[in-house]
Parts: sequence; C-alpha cells; structure tokens
Amino acid sequence: MSWTVIQQALPVFAKGFELTLWLSLIGIIGSIIVGIITSLIQYFKVPVLSQIFTAYVEVARNTPLLIQLFFLYYAFPVFGLKMSAEVCGIVGLIFLGGAYMAEGFTGGFNGVSSSQISSGKALGMNNLQLARYVVFPQGFSLSMPALTANIVFLIKETSIFSVIAIPELTNTALDLIGMYYRSNEYLFMLVVAYAIILIPVILVLNWLERRVRYASFGD
Amino acid sequence: MTEEILKVEHLNKFYGNWQALHDINFSLKKGEVLTLLGPSGSGKSTLLRTLNGLEDYEDGKIYFHGKEINPSPKQWQALRQKIGMVFQSYDLFPNLTVMENILLAPVKVQKRNEDEVRKEAQKLLGQVELADYADAYPRELSGGQKQRIAIVRALAMHPEIMLFDEVTASLDPEMVRGVLEIIQRLSDNEHMTMIIVTHEMNFAAKIADEVLFLEDGKIVEDTPGKEFFAHPQTKRAQEFLDSMDF
Amino acid sequence: MLHSGINVLFEGRNFARLMAGLWTSTWIAVLALIIGLAIGTIFGVLRTLKNRPVRFILRIYLEFFRIVPTVVLLYLVYYILPRSLHVNWPATWMSVLAFALWVGAEFSDIVRGAIESVPKNQRESGMALGLSRLQLFRYVLIPQAFKLELPATINLATRVIKTTSLLMIINIMEVINVGQQIIEANNQQYPTGVFWVYGFIFILYFILDYPLSAWAKRLTAKQK
Repeated sequence: MSWTVIQQALPVFAKGFELTLWLSLIGIIGSIIVGIITSLIQYFKVPVLSQIFTAYVEVARNTPLLIQLFFLYYAFPVFGLKMSAEVCGIVGLIFLGGAYMAEGFTGGFNGVSSSQISSGKALGMNNLQLARYVVFPQGFSLSMPALTANIVFLIKETSIFSVIAIPELTNTALDLIGMYYRSNEYLFMLVVAYAIILIPVILVLNWLERRVRYASFGD
Repeated sequence: MTEEILKVEHLNKFYGNWQALHDINFSLKKGEVLTLLGPSGSGKSTLLRTLNGLEDYEDGKIYFHGKEINPSPKQWQALRQKIGMVFQSYDLFPNLTVMENILLAPVKVQKRNEDEVRKEAQKLLGQVELADYADAYPRELSGGQKQRIAIVRALAMHPEIMLFDEVTASLDPEMVRGVLEIIQRLSDNEHMTMIIVTHEMNFAAKIADEVLFLEDGKIVEDTPGKEFFAHPQTKRAQEFLDSMDF
Repeated sequence: MLHSGINVLFEGRNFARLMAGLWTSTWIAVLALIIGLAIGTIFGVLRTLKNRPVRFILRIYLEFFRIVPTVVLLYLVYYILPRSLHVNWPATWMSVLAFALWVGAEFSDIVRGAIESVPKNQRESGMALGLSRLQLFRYVLIPQAFKLELPATINLATRVIKTTSLLMIINIMEVINVGQQIIEANNQQYPTGVFWVYGFIFILYFILDYPLSAWAKRLTAKQK
C-alpha cells in the first residue's frame, strides 16, 4: 500500500465521488416520486392503471438492475431510442427504485390500524379525507424504515453503473486499476469512499426515523 | 309523543356462513338512552358498528328520522356526521394535537368556521376538565383523559345520537368513573340520545331507559331499564345479571 | 425485421449455450446460499449471546457488508486474493466465497432478529425444563425463529439470484456474458438480436425470481 499512489489518485476519485452523489440524489428523488405515484394509484385502486402499475412493480423488483441497464443502453437504440449512459443509468435506477419505494409506501399504508380507520369513518370522513388525514400521515411514518433501507440500497446500486461506463466511483477505480495496476490502493480508496457516503446517510436516516416515529406515534 | 329517531327492522348480518346478527328489531326515541347488554361475543359491538355503517348488513332496514337508510358508503358517510361514535381503544389520531383531533371533522368534513369550532371545543374541553390540554399530543395523556377527548371529538360534530362501544373497558378502575360521569351528564343535562354497550352494570342500571339483552346475535329481551334490572323476564338474563355480581 | 430477430435465440447452439450460462449463475447462487445460510445461522446465534467482543466483531462484519456494494465485493476477491494473498482459484469459486460471506452477514441479522422476537416465556420454560444453552437453541429458539425468518430468507434468495447478473464483470461465463458473445457473433445477420437476447435474459430472471418473491409476500401476509 503506497500513500503517494493514494494521494495522486485523490482528484480523480473526487470526480467519481461527486458523480456518484449526484446520480444517487437524482435517482432517490425520482424513485420517491415514482413510488408515491405508484402507491397512490394502488391505494385508490384506480381501474386499469392500478393493474398496470402492479405489473410494473413486479417486473422491476424481480429483475436485476444490470440487465435493465443493458436493455436501455444496448437494446433501445435498435428502435432508434438512443440515450447517453448517464441518462440510461438514471432511468434504470428510477425504474428499479420506484418499484421498491412503492412497495415500502404500500406496506406503510396497509400497516395503519383498522381501528384508526374506523375512528376516521365514524367522524364522517369520506375516502379522500380518510386518506389525507389518517392513512397517509400515519402510513408514511410507518414506511420510514423501508425508505431508509431503499435509499441505502439505491446508493449502492449506482456501483452497477460502471458496467455501462458511467465514470462514477467504481468505474473510476476500475479505470485506475487498468491503467496503473495498483489494485490494493484503489480498492481501498473505493471502499473508504462508499463508507464516507453511506455511514453519515445511515446515521442521519436512523435519527430521522426515530424522530418521525416519535412525532407520529409517541414511542 | 316524542319523535322516533332511529328504527331497525329485521336486520341480519353474516360473516361468510356464520350469522352474527339474527332478525334485530328495535326503535329509539329522541333523548332516550338504550343500553346493549349481554355476554362477550353476543353481537353487541357488531350491532353498534352496523348502526354507524362500519359493518355491512345483508338484509333488513334501518330508518333515521323515519327515512330508510340506503346502505351505500356515500350515504353512510353523510349520516355519520349525525351519529357520533366513541370506541374502546379511544383512537385519537396520534400525529395530531388534542385540539387538531377535535377540529379535524367539524372543519374539514363539515366545513364549519374554524374559529367558532375552536371556541366551542375549548368550552367542551373545560366541561371534561381538560381545558389545559388543547396543545398536548395524545401520547402525553392517560387512558381516561384520551377517552374524554374522544368523547369531545365526537360531540364537536353536533351529533343527534351518540354510540358508546365499551368506552371504559380498557381503562384503569379509577379512570372509569370520570368517563361515566361525563356520559351521565350528557344524558341528564343535554338529553342526548345514546346507545351504550358496557359491562358496568351499576352505570347501566342508573342510565338505561331501555335495555336490549343479546345472546348469540339475537335479542333475548327488550325491556325498560328499571324493570330489566329488577325483574328480568328470561332465565338467561337472570343468570347473566347473577354472573355479573350485580 | 424485428420479429425475425427472435431466431437468433435458436441459431446453432445458442439456446443451449444460454441455458448453460443460466446454470452457471444458478449453481453459484445455490451454493453461496447454502454456505451463507450456515455462516449466518452461526453468527446470528453468536450475536444473541452476551459476549461483548464477539458481538462487536460480528457487528463490524455485518456493517462492512452493508456498506460495500456487491460489485465492489466481487472486485475485492477478484483482485486481492490472487495478487496479494496468492490464492489462484477459478473466478467461480471466488464469487461463491464473496456471495457466501455477504449472505452470511445479511442472514446473521435476520437470525438475530428472529431469535430475539421469540417470546421470552418460551426461553424461560425451556430453561425451566433443564435444557442446556445449546439444547435451548437447537430445540426451542432456532426452530421457532425459522418460521419467523422464512419470508426474509426467501427475499434474500431472490436478491442473490438477481445479483448473479454481476458475475459477468469478473469474466465468469454466465448467462449475460454468453448473451453478449451471441449478440456480437450474430450482429451482421441479426441486427435486432440485442433486443431479443437481452429481452430473453430479462424474462429468464423474472421467471426465476417472481415465484419466490410471490411466495415470500404470501407468507408475510399470513403472519400478520
């Protein structure tokens, strides 16, 4: 292990680090939006749409991100739909993440106790009011643990972007290994880089999870 | 002759093949307090939940002010604003303060003026001796306090009938009295029409104008309150009263 | 045009080769699961004991695998074993090792959670019968925990199957690598072959994973 090798690679790694952060951020926000829309459609059992979105969730959750990316990157251009590697990566990550998020939110909505729903109905609420004032606020806090797990999962999944040559962290490390053959140093830096991203994310999300839980349920 | 506010005719309810309610018939006049008694599993709570549209029924008719209720979710939703209900498990919304819990239905469902409702809510809170708790969250309250808030929350909608489903069953014995006194005052001072499911026999004997005694989903006895506790007509009711150590 | 591209799947030995690739992915997944579940059970039980240093070390082990993406894990064994430790295994073995250690970490947490949620009076009545600690785990806690952890275990298996798609990056001849070779070899004759080959592999993974995740979902719904 040589510190000079590590030092020299720092600027290059910093670029990959930044890209990983951006791709993760866009992917997570997109996934949450798609997840919310999907779970709402499923909750209200919107005809036709809810069947389509249920099929989407099953397909996205039961196939690997890598093959989803290959399909977007290599097979879509056959129909003349050409996207840059970065766009493919984001689209693929949101396709996958949206399904995971939808499952998490739906699980939360289903976890709201039936007596709370009875109590809302007894106050004369209609379905929309019941959703707005009882099911969603409580369901979202119940789905916080799933949300945390999904965010960590999606950040890690960005490492798969390396297979379609997006210069994020993993791809950067592999490029450097290919050029200079110093695998120990570059892999060490890679692991440390993921730790630097993920440890604070996990700590903050766990804290947030407890806060939200306390604010909603008081325990 | 006082007005008949609620009437039930030939009500039957099934869970799959199992019949939970058999041919239920009774009526309720304005200002009257009806108490549902019977062993656990006799269908009292199911009947009460049916009267608020929380359970479907397979056949039979329910009339409100002489008009038949069409058992559609929409009609029930409108009707529930006139029939308040309080549950055993209080079920305040844990994410809202006491005041927000009370304001929610009058303001969002009934679209009443928020300031007026707030004034009224504050007065009701004073009547149940919880005036200082408007900004507290349910988690900061004891069981008895939560149940008093739940009663206020239902009253704030100006219901014509109140349904109480075993409201003291989860409470510590020393909390029970406070809640029962509120219900008693509601009858004495406001002449509120009420249907009460309870296991508190002393309370039932004091408050009931009319008793329905249920067993296995059937009405075994329908008698004026005083008479029921003094001279029950059926052997089953006598055994039940004996077993309740009353 | 597009529909004739589907023939690329049946040209020559292509179909058999894809299936052979799928078999490689499958046996690696199954073997890694078996070894990983064994490791995870042992570590999970150890994590419920009171020994602080052991619990601490196993916690660090778990957190390492939580933080490092599986792609990176594969590169770690692929580069470090031969270059620094002079272990020259075939890539398939190395991938089994990496996956098994990863499964072991994830499963240890599932086992710990399940054992801890077995009701306390079960543990106490076992001890009252004079069971030794080992017997308590063997006859009372692990069997009861097994039922609780089954859905999570099945979900872990679906993740392992999906993750076998990454084996291509360390040059294992699994289904995606075979697919790439077929696409390149037939590019002239079947310009739409890429759509059919990747589409076919996409469906293969779905066929493997969907029944498992549906089963896990049903079990979870039942436990509620």
